Amino acid sequence: MTPSDMEVLAQIVGARSGLVLPPDQAYLAETRLAAVAHAEHLPGVDALLQALRAQPGEALLNAVTDALANSETVFLRDRPVFDLLRDAVLPALAGARPGGAVRVWSAACATGQEPYSLAMLAADLPGVRLDLCASDLSERCLHKAKAGLYTQFEVQRGLPIAQLLRWFEKTEDAWRIRPELRQAVRWRRFNLLHDMAPLGRFDLILCRNVLMYLAPEARRHVLHGLAGRLAPDGVLVLGASEAVCEAPDMFEAAPGGRGLFTLPRKAGLTAPRTGT
Amino acid sequence: MRTCLIVDDSRVIRRVARRILEALDFQVEEASDGAEAMALCRDRLPDAVLLDWNMPVMDGLEFLHALRREPGGERPIVVLCTTRNEPEHIAAALAAGANEYIMKPFDGDIIEAKFAEAGLPFGRTA
Repeated sequence: MTPSDMEVLAQIVGARSGLVLPPDQAYLAETRLAAVAHAEHLPGVDALLQALRAQPGEALLNAVTDALANSETVFLRDRPVFDLLRDAVLPALAGARPGGAVRVWSAACATGQEPYSLAMLAADLPGVRLDLCASDLSERCLHKAKAGLYTQFEVQRGLPIAQLLRWFEKTEDAWRIRPELRQAVRWRRFNLLHDMAPLGRFDLILCRNVLMYLAPEARRHVLHGLAGRLAPDGVLVLGASEAVCEAPDMFEAAPGGRGLFTLPRKAGLTAPRTGT
Repeated sequence: MRTCLIVDDSRVIRRVARRILEALDFQVEEASDGAEAMALCRDRLPDAVLLDWNMPVMDGLEFLHALRREPGGERPIVVLCTTRNEPEHIAAALAAGANEYIMKPFDGDIIEAKFAEAGLPFGRTA
């Protein structure tokens, strides 16, 4: 893979997802592209690159973007965040809403571990009802998320054994999320660079470990979009190491830290606004 | 230093597990079946036990039942580590007093995650 190949790829991926493709990750890119070439019945990575330089179709561009995005995740990733959601954020949001209905968006949910973790958590919270929407750019990830099928390795990362017994059924060589949990999540393919308005409003948005891979301009765009989708007393959760540098006036850090943010002033975690 | 007893009839598994647990700052002892493990436990109770199920002489679940009846035997954190991966096996182990459950094959990340889950978080050696 030459630097000029990497440039072509970076341009495709950047334009379609805002993701920055680090030039020093050519080896990783090549490995991932080999899988795409195979799936597209192309003889190899060189042929794929040739096709990308010629007149690539939508489907091929999607497949390449999809393959080059990092979708690594685990159940209950960064446990202290889930503890905070369970103990403080969700009860406060539910308490301020009729029927305890909290609208949640798991933005960039990858293979579904995050929304499923939330659904498991909420099942044990009396008075909290989640209206759970999960989106990702990757068709491949969403397909796996919807199926709710995870390998033995995946279910042993982050998931307590009691939760595995309770929420999964064993298939021949994998573990499948029980139907009641699969039905608790609405899945949607969505590009965070697109207009978010049609998605509606949310009380809780999780967009973790996404911004860190985006170009600054894309980060700013996404943060503005998310601010517009958040209820006045809503909470945005970023990855533990992510900040709102590109939109400093749009959010303020919520008490408890851990990548939790609220809209500035008017309302916050401690004083949820009631009514509309 | 915290102690962990590895109980497995495979020397290879014991060696792999020992390397992982020592890196997590455990002082490790080994036993190749439940009876041997029981003798070691009567001498000194470990903080944790990584326990295989299928073993000659005394299997993992028999050992677990016996351990939990010993004076102080409710204290050690016991993590099953076995190729048995049917839900009814897992349920039986939990009912017998296992704190966590690992399905083989495992790696360092899984051991670390499961021990933390069972209440043994660690500072890793630098």
